[in-house]
Amino acid sequence: MNVIEFNNLTKYYGDVKGCKNVDFNVKEGEIFGFIGPNGAGKSTTIRTMLSLIYPTSGSVTIFGKDAIKDGPEIRKEIGYLPSEIFYYDKMKVIDLLKYSASFYDKDCDERIYELAEIMELDLERKIQDLSYGNKKKVGIVQGLLHSPKLLILDEPTSGLDPLMQQKFFHLISEENKKGVTVLFSSHILSEVQQLCNRVAIIKDGEIISIQDIKALKDDTYKKFTFKGENLNNGKFNIEGVTQLKESNDIVSFFFKGDVNSIVKIIKDLNLTDITVEEPTLEEIFMHYYE
Amino acid sequence: MSIFIFEMKGNIKSILIWASAVPFFLFLYMAFFPSLAASPDSFNSIMEEFPAEVMALMGINPDLPMMTIMGYFSLTMSFVMIPVAIQASNYGFNILSVEERELTADFLLTKPISRRKIYVSKFSAAFLSLTITNAAIWIASLLAFALYKGNEDPEMFKVIVFLSSIALFQLFFLTVGMLISVMVKKVPSVISFSMALGFGMFIVSSLGKMLSSEFLDVLSPYNHFDPGFMLIDGTYDLIPTIISIIIITTSLFASYFLYLRRNIASL
Repeated sequence: MNVIEFNNLTKYYGDVKGCKNVDFNVKEGEIFGFIGPNGAGKSTTIRTMLSLIYPTSGSVTIFGKDAIKDGPEIRKEIGYLPSEIFYYDKMKVIDLLKYSASFYDKDCDERIYELAEIMELDLERKIQDLSYGNKKKVGIVQGLLHSPKLLILDEPTSGLDPLMQQKFFHLISEENKKGVTVLFSSHILSEVQQLCNRVAIIKDGEIISIQDIKALKDDTYKKFTFKGENLNNGKFNIEGVTQLKESNDIVSFFFKGDVNSIVKIIKDLNLTDITVEEPTLEEIFMHYYE
Repeated sequence: MSIFIFEMKGNIKSILIWASAVPFFLFLYMAFFPSLAASPDSFNSIMEEFPAEVMALMGINPDLPMMTIMGYFSLTMSFVMIPVAIQASNYGFNILSVEERELTADFLLTKPISRRKIYVSKFSAAFLSLTITNAAIWIASLLAFALYKGNEDPEMFKVIVFLSSIALFQLFFLTVGMLISVMVKKVPSVISFSMALGFGMFIVSSLGKMLSSEFLDVLSPYNHFDPGFMLIDGTYDLIPTIISIIIITTSLFASYFLYLRRNIASL
């Protein structure tokens, strides 16, 4: 069953394109990654799902209902974590969370304390005294406290330290095991790789590819840079190498395939330095983003 | 906790300040009346010095002499209405724009509640807050009359008729503020907008009186519910009142539909 269905969703802000012909589905129980650089249209797409903005044409269906027309009904089962967290500054954390819980027809108290403990969140502090990372934690608890069936996370990890990030990922996985569907927007590939089953790639407001993460992983490029002497000899021009840049003392390229073939080449060379990097998102999707 | 209660809680400080400062100012002003009434001659000679335009500007009407408590109350109210307008404009410009300005829209508008409900709750909370100020003005006015009328026997029903117009006056600024706030992209500072509307309308009304311009008179709610007129005639000035009601209703509906269709941009 599809939890989210985008039907040719298009949004223009005046003449400025927000997103265009977004058309894909997210199945129940999936963790779906939504990836693209800043300004690609991720937030526009997400905000239409929450009827924060209205589509120019097309529609979004969530739980089989129209996101605009049945918005309040749908949002009962949605947990949303915005990319930037701002709350009523003068409130205490617990008061904000209780205010948030008051919009749902269930008792969320137990879950609030449970989540706050997992995220190590001090409930008695005022929002305005919290650091960026701590506000993010409030956002996470706020998004999960009503045990929603669909989680929409818009760049959720920014501001969290690595330890908290892992706890957060664990929390999301646990929710997912209970059957919760997750839409996870990010511009960091590694976190999407870690968590998601499928991923949609958006560029300039349009979805350019939808891939299985497994396939994407097999597809992964590595970025090699070698420094040394007399490298400018065309030895690296083998299958799997792209974007090859050669000069006498430095060579760099992207490689996809069996790394042993690279090792074989370099064992005869006189090198001074080697770097092997995970390419950035932009580099991985070079062929999309060119 | 409903949005209505949340809004009221957020308004508490503002309600306390406005609902005590405005009546206090009114009462203080009225407290000078007995000493003024005791020496009318010296006061009259001062007043004669002013040209008619200035008198009109100050809201002094020859049919309503300053020496009577009615006349003095009329003058007092023409100034008291300014802060009343500013408070109402404050709420008007604030309630629909605050979520976007303070970036809490992503919190409130993603809850399972319709914008219609949010609008109604916020409007009701703002109107109730204004009504508290209104009630305090009633009490202060009636008390001032009881204490300072001296030997006069003022026609209290006229005072009541005038006081009853405050609610409409407040609604005008509340709804027009709401409409403007959803027509512009952003309200960066509520106080500058509400000062502009509250004071601006007062200036429009003063100019209208000075220049005897009917067009300006029609524009400003300070004229629609002119204490000078209402305290003499003891009735609403029909046409301006209807104009006010039309503006209020239009603003209310237009701001409702614009708020419902508004795109809440991300940061």
